[in-house]
Amino acid sequence: MARIVGLVAYHVFKESVRDKVLYNLVAFAILLIAASYLIGQLTAGQDIKIIKDLGLSASAVFGLFIAIFIGVGLVWKEVDRRSVYNLLSKPIRRHWFVAGKFIGLVLTLAVNLAAMAGALYGVLAVMAWSQPALAKASIEAPVLDPRLLAAFLLIFVQLVLVTAIALFFSTFSSPMLSAAFAFGLYIVGHFTADLAHFESVVDSKVAAWVAKALSYLLPNFSSFDVKAAVVHGQDVAVGYVALTAGYGLLYSAALLGLAMLVFGRRDFK
Amino acid sequence: MPEVDIEGLTKDYAIGFWRKRPYRALDGVTLQVGAGEVFGFLGPNGAGKTTTLKLLMQLIYPTSGRMSILGRPAGDIEVRRRIGYLPEAPYFYDHLTAEELLIYVAGVFGLRGEERRRRAAALLDRVGIGGERRLPLRRFSKGMLQRVGLAQALVNQPDVVFLDEPMSGLDPLGRRDVRTLILELRDRGCTVFFSSHILSDAETLCSRVGVIVAGRMVASGRLTDILAFEVTGWELVMSGIDADALRAIGDTALRTTCIGEGRFAIELKPECEPERVIAALRAPGATLVSLTPIRKTLEDFFVEQVRAGHASLAAGRVVGEG
Repeated sequence: MARIVGLVAYHVFKESVRDKVLYNLVAFAILLIAASYLIGQLTAGQDIKIIKDLGLSASAVFGLFIAIFIGVGLVWKEVDRRSVYNLLSKPIRRHWFVAGKFIGLVLTLAVNLAAMAGALYGVLAVMAWSQPALAKASIEAPVLDPRLLAAFLLIFVQLVLVTAIALFFSTFSSPMLSAAFAFGLYIVGHFTADLAHFESVVDSKVAAWVAKALSYLLPNFSSFDVKAAVVHGQDVAVGYVALTAGYGLLYSAALLGLAMLVFGRRDFK
Repeated sequence: MPEVDIEGLTKDYAIGFWRKRPYRALDGVTLQVGAGEVFGFLGPNGAGKTTTLKLLMQLIYPTSGRMSILGRPAGDIEVRRRIGYLPEAPYFYDHLTAEELLIYVAGVFGLRGEERRRRAAALLDRVGIGGERRLPLRRFSKGMLQRVGLAQALVNQPDVVFLDEPMSGLDPLGRRDVRTLILELRDRGCTVFFSSHILSDAETLCSRVGVIVAGRMVASGRLTDILAFEVTGWELVMSGIDADALRAIGDTALRTTCIGEGRFAIELKPECEPERVIAALRAPGATLVSLTPIRKTLEDFFVEQVRAGHASLAAGRVVGEG
């Protein structure tokens, strides 16, 4: 089983590379280098902070687009083009296929994010080396702050969750609808805390109860965002990172299970 | 024990957007294919050939009925290790080359390292994909994809091969190659189950055929049993005869057609003795051009079955209708 899941995953990664998905890294690098130059001209003493913020935000946004736009086509494209007929007639169980597809995209995102993290640290190192005075002025946090890795880890888990959402919709819906659903859930997922306290703004108990239930049911994306804390040199507790990552991975596993269930019962007409 | 055993296979689809109604694509199909047979699964477009094959591959699930391949349930993973499948109008990952695709498929079957490459190369050679093997599949023509499809169906050296319209998209040379390949598979003991509506191929290759029309099996058996090969008439062509001579043979001729100056094609009844007719038509200047026995072909049989099938099944395939 693991060998076949790995084989499917490897081919998803290979397809991403051949479809030039990793070219986004070039755009990311250009963005960071251009920003570091421009910010140096415009701001005084805030350069490091802004570059960290920009680097983390861009990593999340670039990753989000990859997770959604590739994720929604992962299974749907195979069914639509009928390439799935060939593979599923071989000794591959349907849920192995779904798992392979998921892991392949997660692998692509991991490589992408690792490269982005490397690029961000690289740009920060160059800035610190070329402007030592600036590095000294950055008193809130060291320039090459290892806490950035915690933020990258949570961005990664968030992207794993987005991939699971996109893949789940991809097992029964067209890419357009799946992308709309996935984006919708991503946006709503940033407001689950507001939903949990809905009773303070509405009188209806039913509405408040429904909102509360939704706040538990929908993925809470805001909890993955520790950018502000990291950029300002605040500590992010290891326990919080572990708990949030665990939550994201469990939620992803549940969605993956549902995706397998739906895909396993489908007729490929 | 038959290698492919299908009993009472039925498949309903839901059609309609709001008020879904079941549409019966297959209706109680029963058939068996023995070891080493080349079985031709024939039927007009939309008859249910591809649906049957998809059910056997578990790409769709049956509404009712039972299927087994090599004595085990059709979806069994062990069965899939021993079968090959070519889908109709196959489509493969277009970012891969033909060689990479075959190596991928060989990997799925558990082949490793150099053995995968060797198997891929040998099969691509066998189906006539030469220098193109390192080109992305997106550049392949329909016929070339069909050849790659055949190669990938044979990667695991299967005991049973299911081919859905294997001649589709191939030029005459390609069709000849596929015919040869099927015969080679048969010779090495492989069971071949192929669907087609190209009857000449079935006639050349199959030891048995099944005919499906509108989701129901209307005939199944050995070609020799089905066609019986009896003479159903004679076609006589003579030249240099005149109209009076033709009148002399009376109602022995079913139809007479003038095909040139003094040259006639005469269709004779099966029970007549053609030598007597030729003798009756003999006159100075008259020449026998040809005498051909007319036998029932698979095409005649197929057309008969399709017509009869459509007539009896015209009540419709929407379950519960009428």
